[in-house]
Amino acid sequence: MNFKLKDIVPQLVTVLAVVLIFGFFTYNAQVNMENRGIDFGYGFLSQESSFDVQFSLIEYDGSHSYFRAYLVGLLNTILVSVIGIILATILGVIVGIARLSPNYLINQFAAFYVEFFRNIPLLLQIFFWYFAALRALPLPQDAEPMFGISYLTIKGLFVPAFIWQNFNIFFYSVTAAIIAIIVIRTHAKKVQETQGKQIPVLLISIGLILILPLLSFLIGGVRLSFEVPVLKQLATTSFIYEGGVSLPPELIALTLSLSLYTATFIAECVRAGIQGVGKGQKEAAASIGLTPNQVLKLVVMPQALRIIIPPTTNQYLNLTKNSSLAAAIAYPDLVLVFAGTALMQTGKAIEIVSITMFTYLSLSVSISLLMNWYNRKIAITEK
Amino acid sequence: MSKINFLKPDKSNLNTFLYLGAFLFFFSVLDVSLNSFFSLNITSFLPNFISFLLPIILGFIGLYFIRIELSGIKQLDLLNKNINTNNFNAILSLLIIFIIIKSTPPILSWFYIDASFAGDSKDVCTGSGACWTYIKVWMRRFMYGMYPNAEQWRINLSFISLALLGSVGYFATDRFKKYLTLYYVVIYPFIAFLFIFFFISGGPVFLDFSYGIIAAILSIIIGFFIPNKFKFYYFLIVPLALYILLKYFIFYEELIELGKLEGLNWVETGAWGGLSLTFIISFFCLIFCFPIGMAFALGRRSNFPLIRYISVGFIEFWRGVPLITVLFMSAVMFPMFLPEDFFIDKLVRAIIAISLFEAAYVAEVIRGGLQALPRGQYEAAKSLGMGYWKMHIFVILPQALKLVIPGIANTFLALVKDTPLIFVVGLLEIVGMLNLAKTNPEWLGFAMEGYVFAAIIFWIICYAMSKYSYNLEQKYKTDR
Repeated sequence: MNFKLKDIVPQLVTVLAVVLIFGFFTYNAQVNMENRGIDFGYGFLSQESSFDVQFSLIEYDGSHSYFRAYLVGLLNTILVSVIGIILATILGVIVGIARLSPNYLINQFAAFYVEFFRNIPLLLQIFFWYFAALRALPLPQDAEPMFGISYLTIKGLFVPAFIWQNFNIFFYSVTAAIIAIIVIRTHAKKVQETQGKQIPVLLISIGLILILPLLSFLIGGVRLSFEVPVLKQLATTSFIYEGGVSLPPELIALTLSLSLYTATFIAECVRAGIQGVGKGQKEAAASIGLTPNQVLKLVVMPQALRIIIPPTTNQYLNLTKNSSLAAAIAYPDLVLVFAGTALMQTGKAIEIVSITMFTYLSLSVSISLLMNWYNRKIAITEK
Repeated sequence: MSKINFLKPDKSNLNTFLYLGAFLFFFSVLDVSLNSFFSLNITSFLPNFISFLLPIILGFIGLYFIRIELSGIKQLDLLNKNINTNNFNAILSLLIIFIIIKSTPPILSWFYIDASFAGDSKDVCTGSGACWTYIKVWMRRFMYGMYPNAEQWRINLSFISLALLGSVGYFATDRFKKYLTLYYVVIYPFIAFLFIFFFISGGPVFLDFSYGIIAAILSIIIGFFIPNKFKFYYFLIVPLALYILLKYFIFYEELIELGKLEGLNWVETGAWGGLSLTFIISFFCLIFCFPIGMAFALGRRSNFPLIRYISVGFIEFWRGVPLITVLFMSAVMFPMFLPEDFFIDKLVRAIIAISLFEAAYVAEVIRGGLQALPRGQYEAAKSLGMGYWKMHIFVILPQALKLVIPGIANTFLALVKDTPLIFVVGLLEIVGMLNLAKTNPEWLGFAMEGYVFAAIIFWIICYAMSKYSYNLEQKYKTDR
């Protein structure tokens, strides 16, 4: 009896405390909302939003609903996260490998980069790029063209737009190439495991991904043309580029600082991963006659990836969450559009903050579920 | 055959290659240096394109010539091993050397040579370099925010005394060493709180107590004389129950006035700011997030399923959302959850939000340490007859915490780097102050100087912290 009581009492007390706190909060919220005449509900999502957003991936203006504004913010967040993740990974892997280089200058340079960017708050870096560095760029009318077609100005980066004809055929050809590559890779792995033969997968893959889309141009009737941005005068001193794609300076500053900052952490993950593979592994692989490339591909990388991927996924998650700092420089991401402007207009604090948090939460949870699944898949199965 | 041999540097004609290679290499470095320091192009007679690429080509050939294996000259071998192992490395080394030479003059001139230091108005900043006058003029604002100039000695005094009190650990003799943990965990935070509350905040001091508080404190003191068997439940229930009962039901909010002191001028938290606010917030969040995180780490490894689920939920919730939304929540959503006439200062709200947020990260770090301990430690402690708390306090936690020093340090670093985010709730620490200063119509156009200044300060703080944690890690590293 005594033993059971000892088990139950602490649990009951904890649960009671949690329930009491939540009950207290809910009760107060009800009283407060009643007093202020606010009603709780998510109906506002379908109302007309009547505010504009500077930069949006989908068609949007004030006549659309709040839900559409939410989507605009979410898509902008995803856009900045995806670009940031790609850039940070490329830079992080290069720097991580450079830190292990036998070349003293290179590894010191990489170490300097990591120590420098890691120890400065991300928000400060964003402000630096946005308010100090990008403000030093030329005005649209003075900008020198880069490669003759793009312009980097104080009002953003203007690049040519792709104009496709029969885009779906091109898309199918790329998809077909990717599927073919996956099939060949699986086959090659099987051949290698059973017969020990190596198939030049990389060469075949490059060939496929080049030739199939090329064929779609030659016989599929796919046409591609560019729309080059053209300078246009708005007023006597105000110029802007029209046509093409314009990337606002907020987006540039944000992706730049996010990727420079996160790359330092990814670099450390990569370094730890490669260092974590025992020296004996490489020596054993070399002693059974594998070439250095094979050692890297078949022995070192699979083991290093096992160490690298979980913390790197964590960094991707951090980058996605950090992209919410966009609100500080008025890049219209989820926090600014939804938890900022929409909240100001509707006053629905509880609903909007909870939706925003829930969105980030589900983003994180889905990424970490994916990571756990992957972890289980590549974990060493001990006999 | 001999011709090929001539182009292949080896030991047989070492001196020829050494002198030729060294000459070419130094010539390329000289060319770039002259170009960068004196804007003099000694190869200007060549076409533009070749003149641009010449240093790289010459330097590459030079490095190729001096790449002689086992030359017998110690310095040369060292050089080859470090920057000149193969063609690819040679090119990268050259590029880095050239980049360093090229970027030195502009950075140096911006930072120092062309920079203006004197004066106290914008007029002195005419040079092309940085305007450090701007920083000098705004220094007080960057350090203390809107805190009144005449009262800033209070912040200085508090910080100096707290730093002195904090360094007690270094001077403690062996006799007092065992009390240090108690001192740092309980007494020091309390003293710090008193300093912040009475010195930095100021205002008249009412020594008012409600009956509830007095009864709760008395019951805690009595609790120490209660038999061990009931102690746990007594502390769990009696003080809190007494407090609530007396405060809210019997003597409703009735206060006993013990005295009233005039105190210092009151400075509202809205005026606090600058670097000192960064320190205050980091300090308090650090104090609060550690015990909360530890509790949830233990909770997550508890045998009681309900406590475990609650802990997992708490940790995963805070880890899944960005700090900026948490601060948004503390700013706009949290007041809705409190009784109507109940007001919590926004600085306190921000500190609570950041503490809860970082506590989740601390919890995960500590959990890692707990998991890394071998089962034998738990079993040994249990076999000595230790209970749950005794086992954790004397056996498990000291070892687990030692293991996670780097992780904890990283979390605290993240905390310091996250403090600028409090601009969301309208508080301006140093980065916020910079943004305010750069919009001042009299001082437009000095954003760069401000951000560089703040970056240097943060860099020094964070780098020192990470080095300190590394030292700590080495100090407590015990072979197991």
